[in-house]
Amino acid sequence: MSERSNGGEPLVEVKHVKKYFPIRKGVLGREVAAVHAVDDVTFAVSEGETLGLVGESGCGKSTLGRTIVRLLEPTDGNVVFEGRDISKLGARALRPLRREMQMIFQDPYASLNPRQRVGSIIGTPLKIHGVAKSERRQRVQELLETVGLSPEHYNRFPHEFSGGQRQRIGVARALALNPKLVVADEPVSALDVSIQSQMLNLLDDLQKELSLTYIFIAHDLGVVRHVSDRIAVMYLGKLVELSPAEDLYQRPIMPYTEALLSAVPIPDPDLAHARERIVLQGDVPSPINPPSGCRFHPRCRYMTDICKEVEPPLVDYGRGHLAACHHPLNVDRETLERVRVSKSHTPGSADEGAKPRKPGKERARPIP
Amino acid sequence: MAERLIEVTDLKVQFATEDGMVKAVDGVSFELERGKVLGIVGESGSGKSVTAMTLLGLTRDQNTRFEGEVLYKGRDVLTMDEGELQEVRGNEMSMIFQDPMTSLNPVYTIGAQICEAIQVHERADKNTARRRAIDLLKQVGIPNADSRVDNYPHEFSGGMRQRAMIAMALACNPDVLIADEPTTALDVTIQAQIIELIDRLKDEFNSAVILITHDLGVVADVADEIVVMYAGRVVERAHTRQLFYDPQHPYTWGLLGSIPRLDRPKQERLHSIKGTPPSLINAPAGCKFRPRCPHAFAKCTEEPPLENRVEEPGHLDRCWLSVEEKRRLREPTLAGAEEAA
Repeated sequence: MSERSNGGEPLVEVKHVKKYFPIRKGVLGREVAAVHAVDDVTFAVSEGETLGLVGESGCGKSTLGRTIVRLLEPTDGNVVFEGRDISKLGARALRPLRREMQMIFQDPYASLNPRQRVGSIIGTPLKIHGVAKSERRQRVQELLETVGLSPEHYNRFPHEFSGGQRQRIGVARALALNPKLVVADEPVSALDVSIQSQMLNLLDDLQKELSLTYIFIAHDLGVVRHVSDRIAVMYLGKLVELSPAEDLYQRPIMPYTEALLSAVPIPDPDLAHARERIVLQGDVPSPINPPSGCRFHPRCRYMTDICKEVEPPLVDYGRGHLAACHHPLNVDRETLERVRVSKSHTPGSADEGAKPRKPGKERARPIP
Repeated sequence: MAERLIEVTDLKVQFATEDGMVKAVDGVSFELERGKVLGIVGESGSGKSVTAMTLLGLTRDQNTRFEGEVLYKGRDVLTMDEGELQEVRGNEMSMIFQDPMTSLNPVYTIGAQICEAIQVHERADKNTARRRAIDLLKQVGIPNADSRVDNYPHEFSGGMRQRAMIAMALACNPDVLIADEPTTALDVTIQAQIIELIDRLKDEFNSAVILITHDLGVVADVADEIVVMYAGRVVERAHTRQLFYDPQHPYTWGLLGSIPRLDRPKQERLHSIKGTPPSLINAPAGCKFRPRCPHAFAKCTEEPPLENRVEEPGHLDRCWLSVEEKRRLREPTLAGAEEAA
């Protein structure tokens, strides 16, 4: 949204966070396997910044979001909020922190209690944190106005509102306690296009007005580009690329990012026809038994033997652009040399060396 | 000229509710020829799904009222009896539903559900039907179809379920395939696969496709003609290139302008259409888009007819502005400016 990100103190630091969900079987409930939902993710979000978190469903982006606001406890690693490690805090110790970080949920139909009035939905966080009843009503009405609803909506029920208006109620609830951090989990994906842009503009305004920090989880790369200062791409629980927003779209390094970008539909028939489209084969593999080496290798068109065996580390390619890949794209020789010297990791080839194994514009497989 | 499969003329669908008559579809007309893809674009509540379901007689109910004509190969679907309809539905026209999670029956195997579709319409014994089901699953790109055919829906991923739905829809080699938001519940990478699949199968099966979506980007690459719907009406109808490069209706401009686009430099603010879609019970008089339209003027209280106003024949729109005015006024909106003057 703006370049306020530079120089700001990190508000949240995520350090080697892992979240595994155990799979239990049998009478004794023995743990037989685990879903590796988030697997060793590290990044920091500065104050006033918007970090976009993208990836396909099942890549762990929502789990990570929930772990950051401590709706889930990480299996391993730390979440540091304003310099304080919150990853092991109990419910009581967390309560004051809940004021600071809030969440906006995806589904505006499922995330509001249908039996409560708007006033009590938005007022509940205030009540829990001990705001007097007389002040509450006024504050809720202010909030309704802030998000573009009218104060008269105080006594209405959620079913009286459209999807877009409900999502505004969700936003008002998240803002009730003046949080510093808002984790928005797919806040616009359930909305129509024309309502979606209203919502994005609203979130933008609120960030400026209330100096909020956003972690914006979405699968729509167009939306993410519009709101984010930096973007993190996740694949099967791993952070595979982290970059300033525009850089990611201009020169993606990880082939997965390249494929994601090329799959975004473009509302321009000639351009859509002309551009190279990389259609990824198959589905995301199971996070119970993730592939060896680079987790993307079974679907990658640049795959070589090393990708099957060695997991590529997240390497800094300069200007804050990090990626984990053996065959980085859009990287010049110089950068590659530097990376090679500074790390034990040696990416396989430079820009001109990485050649797709398969052609880009690939149709679905012919009938056998 | 290719064979005309579907001809919808002035279709109206109304539902009687406690609050009054809901005019879900209010005078929709279009044609579909063999080998073509028709895109129907609109927001939720614009009547696009009701139109599609009416083509298959799925909206029939004692509280539903129909007007107009829906001709399939010259026969009116609206007046067919249940028996005739059964012959057509699933056999000659079939539908792919939006949500593959809820439209498959969880207690039957994928194979059993595909076989059912085959056996209802054809005299096929169990083994033949099963072999056909496996072939279909292979055709839609399910790996290990021989063993997958005995899986239950919960053992399939979202993308694979949608493929299975497509296999089911294709089971009887239909002439018309209606896909109602086939990719909305899916990831972009899977969406790209499914759209390519539908496009390829259309040629293989020599059928026609109606692709319903709220995303103009999805239809840009595959549709031949596009119908834009708003509040139960067609507001614009044109060939795909015409619609994208010479859009005539302010609602179409708004839709095009409010998409955050990857093919353009990033904008500070997004264009947004003010307000929300109108109620279908008490729709505003005149142009239905008037309350949200930044260019509305006095004449807009009269309903504009859907007619050809530009040089290109077959490009219809429902707006009173002159073509020159439209071409001038639309530019800021199309460029994504926040407020069109």
